[in-house]
Amino acid sequence: MPTAENPLVRVQGLKMHFPIYAGLLRRRAGEVKAVDGVSFDIMQGETLGLVGESGCGKSTVGRTLLRLYDPTAGSVVIDGEDIATLSPEALRKKRPTMQMVFQDPQASLNPRMTLATIIAEPLDEHTDWNAEKKLARVHELMDQVGLNRAFASRYPHEFSGGQRQRIGIARALALNPKFIVCDEPIAALDVSIQAQVVNLLEDLQDRLGLTYLFISHDLSMVRHIADRVAVMYLGQIAELSPRDALYSRPLHPYAQALLSAVPEPDPARESSRKRIILQGDVPSPANPPQGCNFCTRCPRVFDRCRIDEPQLAEVEPGRFVACHLYSDNQTGGQTAGTEANEPTNKENVQ
Amino acid sequence: MFTYTLRRLLLAVPILLVISLVIFLLVDLAPGSPMSEIPLTVPPDVRQKMIEALGADQPVFVRYLLWLKQFFWIEPMTLFDHWFGTSIVEGQQRILSWQSRSPVFTIIGQRIPQTLTVVGTAYLVGILIALPIGIYSAYRQYSFFDQLGTLFAMIGFSVPTFFSGTLFIIIFAVWLGWLPTKYDTMLEVTDWSSFMQQVKQMALPVMTLGLANAATISRYMRSSMLDNMQMDYVRTARAKGMREKTVVLRHVLRNSLIPVVTVIALGIPSIFGGAIITENLFGVNGIGAALIGAIHANDLPMVQTLAFIFAVLIVLFNLIADILYGLLDPRIRYD
Repeated sequence: MPTAENPLVRVQGLKMHFPIYAGLLRRRAGEVKAVDGVSFDIMQGETLGLVGESGCGKSTVGRTLLRLYDPTAGSVVIDGEDIATLSPEALRKKRPTMQMVFQDPQASLNPRMTLATIIAEPLDEHTDWNAEKKLARVHELMDQVGLNRAFASRYPHEFSGGQRQRIGIARALALNPKFIVCDEPIAALDVSIQAQVVNLLEDLQDRLGLTYLFISHDLSMVRHIADRVAVMYLGQIAELSPRDALYSRPLHPYAQALLSAVPEPDPARESSRKRIILQGDVPSPANPPQGCNFCTRCPRVFDRCRIDEPQLAEVEPGRFVACHLYSDNQTGGQTAGTEANEPTNKENVQ
Repeated sequence: MFTYTLRRLLLAVPILLVISLVIFLLVDLAPGSPMSEIPLTVPPDVRQKMIEALGADQPVFVRYLLWLKQFFWIEPMTLFDHWFGTSIVEGQQRILSWQSRSPVFTIIGQRIPQTLTVVGTAYLVGILIALPIGIYSAYRQYSFFDQLGTLFAMIGFSVPTFFSGTLFIIIFAVWLGWLPTKYDTMLEVTDWSSFMQQVKQMALPVMTLGLANAATISRYMRSSMLDNMQMDYVRTARAKGMREKTVVLRHVLRNSLIPVVTVIALGIPSIFGGAIITENLFGVNGIGAALIGAIHANDLPMVQTLAFIFAVLIVLFNLIADILYGLLDPRIRYD
């Protein structure tokens, strides 16, 4: 593991607000705070898992990281350059170092281009190779992702979902990127194919030294592939911890609730599994609650949560949590983490 | 693709036969006939002879079959004879116009060049204006330019050609005096000055029709572009680091053109149909003007033949549009 001083990707205070226009004159009436102040680092060669329920802003984080959206605020330093402020032309030149694998392998491939043109297009743009060299590279990439070379002149609709996702991965690899955002790359695939694609991604990581941001809502898959995991809720990171620590002992009440939903394969343990069922719905990201984002549904909410917004802070070595339960000036905060499944509100006494 | 085309062509035969029967009967059963316009002072036996000479005394199905034979055998073979100097159908009865007693196809041959020059140019101009407007409107959706393009399209849609044409005449011919009001069919282009005269006299009808055509096509182009701009593969192209020009022209535009090309191909028969109102307004002596004249004069063979030619063209261009679709979109294969 490289040292923490020099991460490949450093995100600080990233915000992505989408304006809402309403009324007769289409005035700006407010904004959807899809991502509201997110900070994290990703080390070289590491896989950071990003989990959370639908609509929490996971995909927006991924897209904003590669500046497929222009961020509202914050900085994204990838390999020494701040993506958020690069000029369009410099950004285009930077694109080869960072790529993305998209969720829907069907829609993300141009239906009118053959496999070879899809994979070779980045080479046309960013290299001055001749056709022969490009074709050789396309074949090499197809070998790497396990596609038959004979398929090079076929169109995307002629492939199965898993094959299409391999095309998407080959395309992302074409320019030897250092960093790949995998935006739910397995969500649209069958379970049997999911394993293939995830193993392929791990394989490529070992061989090419890639760094991943792996966005998913499949908690067991993230557990399999990620080194560290960030749990997002309503546009903010609730907890960012090493994988094993998070899965064995989640600290943030939302992470506890989320992970309690993972089914247990062992029936004996499954019967004793305690689920934390959250009440109510996720608030609208256009109008998030005051104080902590999670205060409307948190089983362990207390007064301060409704006033102060908790900041993401390191509460144990390598574990970052945004929760007042763990704030230093909060008495009794440290005891809370161990009794993870106990839905009591003893802090309410204060 | 070849088998598909052949099958469609074979299928077109029964379709066209049914259409021809419907057209023939519709026109034949419509009230009014040239016979009723023979003055009452004409003696009955002379009147009878005139009707027989036109062949109008025969039962309707006899006339229909005769017309079919003339349309599908005699007329094409006349053309064949004319080209190769043979005499296969020499002296056989052709489809004659009841107005002028000359063959209907001769009249069509005289009229079609005017129509194709004016209406065809208008269609071309319409496409050339519409595509950039549609593309840029979609690329900058809700921008000032897009609003302007929408306004332009709304005007083109909602203002009928007899109004916009008259307005153009008032502005450009009467007030400004730049362009002539009437189209001179007799003008022959021999040198530069007569060419400029031709361009000038075409300007007003082309403008009138071009506005209407551009309105429709630009809307199709815009909505098709908008559909494709949202697609994931466009985001992929941006993520690849392609230039904006490549993203828009190579990825978005090419996929957006598929429905637009179909719309354009399906609009081509209407060029041959002429533009009845605009042709009359500017005195372009084209096919549209011939059709309206024939309807006024109860010239049944002329109306039947013209209507049927339009039907043939529409069936044909439908097929062409389908084939183009297959060529443009690799997902569509006709086998």
